[in-house]
Amino acid sequence: MAERRLMTGNEAVALAAFHAGTRFASAYPGTPSTEILENFSRYEGVYAEWAPNEKVSLEAAIGACLGGVRSLAAMKHVGLNVAADPWFTAPYIGVSRGLVVVSADDPEMHSSQNEQDNRYYAKAAKVPMLEPADSQEAYDLTRVAFEMSERFDTPVLMRMTTRVCHSRSIVEPGEPETVAAIPYEKDSTKRVMIPGHARMRHPVMVRRLDELERFSEEFGWQRVEDGRDGAGVVTSGVAYQYVKEAFGDVGILKLAMTNPLPSRLITDFCSRYEDIYVVEELEPFLQEAVAALGFKPKGKESVPRVGELNVDNVRAAFPELSEVEPPEVRRVQGIPARPPILCAGCPHRGIMYILARLKAIIAGDIGCYTLSVLPPLSAHDCQVCMGASITMGHGLEKALELAQGEDGYEGPGSHRVVSVLGDSTFFHSGVTGLMEMAYNNGRYTVVILDNRTTAMTGFQHHPGTGITLQEDESSMVDMEMLARSLGIKNVRVVDPYDLEECRRVLTEEMNRDAPSVVISRRECVLKVRDREPVYYQVMQGVCNECGLCMGIACPALVKRGEEILILPDSCTGCGVCAQVCKHEAIEPVRQ
Amino acid sequence: MHIEGMATVSENVRTRSVVMAGVGGQGTITAANILANALILHGYDVKTSEVHGMAQRGGSVISMVRFGESVASPLVPYGGAEAMVATELLEALRNLYYLAPEGRLICSRARVDPLPVLQGAVSYPEDAEQRIGELAPGSIVVDAVGIAAEAGDKRAANTVLLGILSTSLPVSEGEWLSVIERLVKAKALESNRNAFLEGRRLAQEA
Repeated sequence: MAERRLMTGNEAVALAAFHAGTRFASAYPGTPSTEILENFSRYEGVYAEWAPNEKVSLEAAIGACLGGVRSLAAMKHVGLNVAADPWFTAPYIGVSRGLVVVSADDPEMHSSQNEQDNRYYAKAAKVPMLEPADSQEAYDLTRVAFEMSERFDTPVLMRMTTRVCHSRSIVEPGEPETVAAIPYEKDSTKRVMIPGHARMRHPVMVRRLDELERFSEEFGWQRVEDGRDGAGVVTSGVAYQYVKEAFGDVGILKLAMTNPLPSRLITDFCSRYEDIYVVEELEPFLQEAVAALGFKPKGKESVPRVGELNVDNVRAAFPELSEVEPPEVRRVQGIPARPPILCAGCPHRGIMYILARLKAIIAGDIGCYTLSVLPPLSAHDCQVCMGASITMGHGLEKALELAQGEDGYEGPGSHRVVSVLGDSTFFHSGVTGLMEMAYNNGRYTVVILDNRTTAMTGFQHHPGTGITLQEDESSMVDMEMLARSLGIKNVRVVDPYDLEECRRVLTEEMNRDAPSVVISRRECVLKVRDREPVYYQVMQGVCNECGLCMGIACPALVKRGEEILILPDSCTGCGVCAQVCKHEAIEPVRQ
Repeated sequence: MHIEGMATVSENVRTRSVVMAGVGGQGTITAANILANALILHGYDVKTSEVHGMAQRGGSVISMVRFGESVASPLVPYGGAEAMVATELLEALRNLYYLAPEGRLICSRARVDPLPVLQGAVSYPEDAEQRIGELAPGSIVVDAVGIAAEAGDKRAANTVLLGILSTSLPVSEGEWLSVIERLVKAKALESNRNAFLEGRRLAQEA
């Protein structure tokens, strides 16, 4: 028997994909999905890559499966929004070897800007969907997904959530299989979606959905657990685990395949119980389906629709099903909050501080730097999704320009608009935005915070680092040249540790009647190995406790009583605080 | 069998839980992983849960380890942890609602100022340790960083706490050490081994 291993759901998906003979995998990093590709990339004989974004990764995986090898694309929930274009047409053209797409949803938004429920994507695109409830199921269902994909000639969605991706549980892996490549053959009526072809393919998809529903009825992983009389619970994914623990031996229909749903199985189960309950995270996806079959399930009237579930809130939703009294808990009030914060020495700090001082209207983006929205930096005005900084900035600038033309307008001028995004985010979806700015005569300023890595998700390479996921050397995108080639003449590079330079360059570019790109370039402080053995200290006696330095929100700077101190163990010697100080009260010390 | 989910109520009651609370970057995920692997080696079914991504940038983080014959939820119910290991005083207080009324709190006497404290907007509760003692009688608060430094490396502070925790779990010293050997990098092994044994000794003497 294979060795039992403690694995995260993400590790289990990676291992299962490898054991299923998957040869190609592509992803853009995104919590909670990132480790799928990181783990898969280390297996022997596979090709794995960081794509610039999720649309690219899915399209590449579609190509690879048509090329005859099993392929995987993995992304966080909002990544599937980026990949939605290929997502909806991929099922029209079908597969050659299997294609599995992983969507890792993030209920509770541990590290996300929304908590959309991606089960609707499977339904909307007529794609079969599997929902694992722990790492063993993540392993087993990933292997099943590849078989289903080939049997039904369709991509398959593995819908995971944070507590499946980032929970560890024991996995007993199966036997690895070798899957031969299918020799490539041209089949353009099936794979080129001109309207005439697509009109032929759509009915095929509808018929396939019927076949898939029959499969879903008989699917061995749909599980009925008999329980006491009276109440039955329909559930899927990690919510099953909470039901199990909260309600003991209640009857459960645990669905592993949730698109298409097995109507007959659900009807049979629900007919056996007087009261039907549905417990699921986020939207009433299952509940609506159960209700559509003529039952009156209890669900989202009591189960939270926002945030993630746990044993406690599931039990509280339906106390009549629980045999256990929740214990007394000690909640301590008045504990200071601990929000995440930019690291000491973070290169984003200095330039965000200057932008805030210059009263820039900041259209922000997705990355560590978004943390600078919190006070005291308060350096963000709006942010919505990856790459949107440049394009929202474009709209903002045009609108302010139009407004300025009105009589009596008293709002801010359009020159104050600055878009801010990181290097990896720029490559993800900022480049088209930059083209928008250049082509449509934007005159605002784009700041690219180039810290030479994808920091938030754990330091992944990207097209600007010159190294691939599997550590091969590759070309390195030249940001300056790229911006110039789009028609932006004013491209400048600053060191974010040099506040004077940042202030001077940003002031010039914000006031320029032309589009500008300012690249703030310095490696992420967590990546720097050979740091100068310097830290800073506050000269007590010189310091008049004005508190100006506290405005940079550095975790190495603390206020104790009236005194301001620098914690030497935390200080990385970036010197930003010393430049902010107007009294020359902060000095470097060589270690 | 674990995957069949055949746990009964009585087995679920026997699911035991440990919570690790700390500040992003303090290494709670690694400590939880050592604990989980030690429990597996001893023959338990185990589930853990952890947080990645933005919260890791200096925010409050929590890792959970659950074990028993068959574990369902990866998340610990409120008031359900028999032990909590905290790598920082405030985080111990903040997460106390996970600890069972009779649960054991093991806490490092470490203070990491959160942003509102750094800013001087609120003060760090100077009585944090005292409140821990009042709210969680029988808690153990130690200078884990100092003990680890003496054991060879202050970065092994969490391993000191694991050593203390180890005395209330049915995992043998040999099982613990073999997992530490497997999961800790070679150059840090000696100090982590010493840190673990020192924590264990402290708890046995207490």
